[in-house]
Amino acid sequence: MAGSATSRWGLRVLGLGYILLLLLIPLGFVFYKTFEHGIAPPFEAITSPDGMHALKLTLITVAIAVPLNTVFGIACAILLVRHKWRGNFLVDAAINLPFAISPVVIGLSLFLLYGTTGWFEPALAEAGVKILFSVPGMVLACIFVSLPFVVRETVPVLQEIGTEQEQAASTLGANSWQAFWRVTLPAIRWGVAYGVVLTTARVLGEFGAVSVVSGSISGQTQTLPLFVEKQYENFNLPGAFGASILLALLALATLLAMNLLKRKEAA
Amino acid sequence: MEAGTLTTHRSAPRAGVRLPGVGAGLGRGMVVLYLSLIVLLPLAALSSQAFSDGLGHFWQQVTQPQAIRSLKLTLIASLIVVLINAFFGTILAWLLVRDEFPGKAAINAVVDLPFALPTIVASLILLQLWGDKSPFGVHIAGTPVAVVVALTFVTFPFIVRAVQPLLMEMDREMEEAAASLGASGFTVFRRIIFPNLLPGLGAGIALAYARALGEFGSVLLFAGGLANTTVSSVFIKQQIESGNDTGAAAVSVVLLLCSLLCLAVVGLIQRWALRHDRSASGVDTTIMPFAGGGGST
Repeated sequence: MAGSATSRWGLRVLGLGYILLLLLIPLGFVFYKTFEHGIAPPFEAITSPDGMHALKLTLITVAIAVPLNTVFGIACAILLVRHKWRGNFLVDAAINLPFAISPVVIGLSLFLLYGTTGWFEPALAEAGVKILFSVPGMVLACIFVSLPFVVRETVPVLQEIGTEQEQAASTLGANSWQAFWRVTLPAIRWGVAYGVVLTTARVLGEFGAVSVVSGSISGQTQTLPLFVEKQYENFNLPGAFGASILLALLALATLLAMNLLKRKEAA
Repeated sequence: MEAGTLTTHRSAPRAGVRLPGVGAGLGRGMVVLYLSLIVLLPLAALSSQAFSDGLGHFWQQVTQPQAIRSLKLTLIASLIVVLINAFFGTILAWLLVRDEFPGKAAINAVVDLPFALPTIVASLILLQLWGDKSPFGVHIAGTPVAVVVALTFVTFPFIVRAVQPLLMEMDREMEEAAASLGASGFTVFRRIIFPNLLPGLGAGIALAYARALGEFGSVLLFAGGLANTTVSSVFIKQQIESGNDTGAAAVSVVLLLCSLLCLAVVGLIQRWALRHDRSASGVDTTIMPFAGGGGST
């Protein structure tokens, strides 16, 4: 309680003024700037062949990276919480790595591993598989950057629900799959869902890592964020803003989903 | 928890649901394999490349003037940024927990915007807002100030979300007692609130710092790759594009070590907080700031 009415108002002006300047004005500005000359220019940019391809590729990366990291996240959380093991602290630390590493460094790591001088190059060349500058490399980058979210959201929920209900289920004859589907998963679903939302948002917006491994070839290896950069570099601002507004709307949808899930979790 | 208990764990259902479908051993193997393939193997390739021409060459790459300059800019700008956000973030967390004002729920939700908005979009917006065509007549694009503004934007939520749960859990009796004994509002903050917020604030600052060190997309268009605005991640990208893989990898390793140090600090703070039982659950969530403090609405 910072006391008097004056200091309260002072704090309000400082705190809310800051968020207005830093977040709200930029958010409003992107909408203004996009639709400055009507809805047609941004719409045309997104529906151009390159724009549609970028959208499709973005959705493909989401469709692969999110389910993989969700399954991994739930399994890993169960192992960390329910199975004591001496190596757990190492697994726990390794999971946090993607949070701490620069996306460019992540991209470079994949670049070096799968590139022409990389360790896998002979095997890959022989098999005729192309990872770098194509979709598999971009998907790998997205999986890397978004790996921790589901684990980190599921672990605290698992700790909180305890094991009583699961024990009751197994006492009543449920096998481990039945106990998982009917007891554990329903209990942790909002935490998992929250993690899935964060994973999706991260994959949708990933730029740095993908930009290193993709080569950003228009109509081939461009996701929406890469499309934004390319359009800007080509002095096509309506195009850049058209894709930006799509990503900004997805970001707002993410915030909405996060808020709803937090309420579900609290209830 | 000795090694012998592992076998009983695997078979006995007493500790709740096991990993279904596969045994703990196999499940653990799969998790470790996935982690290794996705995360550890690429990082091993990175480290091996950084030292591929020997320690001397590594050192030469890291200490070349441009690399040093980018590292300095990154470390200093990130420090300024976390201090700015520590100040305003604490105020905002306080407003969201202790104050009532119209639109509070919406403001609380908007705090996470920088986590959800793609960084390249943020960079484009900031460039249009504070660049040559600025509607406010403020031209800072392409200057070191732009680096600070971009990093401030992306790291904004960390400290709010780290401090918020601690404020919510804080016992208000102490504050009331201090106030009734005649302490001023500022004294109450300095002597009672602030010390209780320290673990969260420290963890939030360390996480924000780690994020700022590696930030790439948001600075790219707005601050650019000029001599005095090239942060380390942009420098690394430039080195990759000019074919100097070893130089890029060398600077990456340095950047990586700085970030790991930040994570280690977060871990230490969490342990310390757990030991002192100081709102342990609140601090625990700060490694994942998204998880913290949404419940104030």
